[in-house]
Amino acid sequence: MYHALFFVFLRIGAFTIGGGYAMLPLIEREVTRRKWMSRENFLDAFAISQTMPGVFAVNMSILIGYRLRKTAGAIVCTLATIIPSFLIILTIAIFFTQVQDNLYVEKIFKALRPVVVALIAVPSLTAAKAAHINLRTAPIPIVVAMLIWAAGISPIYIVILAIAAGLAQHIFVK
Amino acid sequence: MIFLQLFLSYFKIGLFNFGGGYAMLSLIQHETVEAHKWLTPQEFTDIVAISQTTPGPIGINSATYAGYTAVLNSGYPPAVAVLGSVIATVSVCLPSFILILSISVALSRNRKKTYMDAAFTYLRPTAVGLIAAAALSLVNHDNFIDLKSPLLFLAAFLLTWRYKVNPIITILLASTAGLLLY
Repeated sequence: MYHALFFVFLRIGAFTIGGGYAMLPLIEREVTRRKWMSRENFLDAFAISQTMPGVFAVNMSILIGYRLRKTAGAIVCTLATIIPSFLIILTIAIFFTQVQDNLYVEKIFKALRPVVVALIAVPSLTAAKAAHINLRTAPIPIVVAMLIWAAGISPIYIVILAIAAGLAQHIFVK
Repeated sequence: MIFLQLFLSYFKIGLFNFGGGYAMLSLIQHETVEAHKWLTPQEFTDIVAISQTTPGPIGINSATYAGYTAVLNSGYPPAVAVLGSVIATVSVCLPSFILILSISVALSRNRKKTYMDAAFTYLRPTAVGLIAAAALSLVNHDNFIDLKSPLLFLAAFLLTWRYKVNPIITILLASTAGLLLY
């Protein structure tokens, strides 16, 4: 069982490019095909993963591993999920720190850097759509972005404040 | 002690990230570039580019890369820097591990849905701001070096936003453009 868990999650970690949510269909297919979990339990794990902090794909691995084989299962699944990206990135890091002064690598990254900014700017707009930002809630992301970007405040304080504000409103304002 | 600092920084990044991979970039940037100066703004941008083109979650990718580079930039040899990438990668997963294992049973039985929902009321719009801050912080002279830079930015923005082109394709196109333009 541990053997099977390890190799399934290794495959999930190795073949999903594009972050945590891209892994979702692959995880669902593997887990339900092997009858490790019902679809309801899978959706339950998905919902809990979203509410927990951290890396989404890791949260899914911990939850599924724990459901199937308790703490040992959670450790096996998490390791299997992170090992492929860990090894690939480590290889690139070792290699890249040696070639980053290479003329051609410099040329490539000169063009890549503004492109990366665009690749992050787009998800901020799609996230705004998904969070149903309207005229009433628009000041929140704007003020948050200004506090971090212009005032240099740590995002951690802002996350704590956002949680506290949500809970306070729930408890005191009915 | 850089290893203890790496552990604490990535533990905090893992604990306070509620907005997915892109929102996490803002936390990672604050810890690694601004607070500890382990990475230059340029290196941070390069890490994001590399994370986008390799498999795995961006939170793990960037932890592994930043852990290695941070230790190397502090003057340690590459073999020691590998330890930095192990520490950063494990630390970013640790908070989820502790939280999920300690409350997993309670969560699956009777979930306190109302408090969870309340906590998320402002977290969702806040996450939008976190992603926007990460993008804004990267608009600087390290990344925008000449008049070609804003044009590349606009082209990539249009390809991703309007035509939903896969980021890997966009990065490959930009790499080719770099070889031709610079």
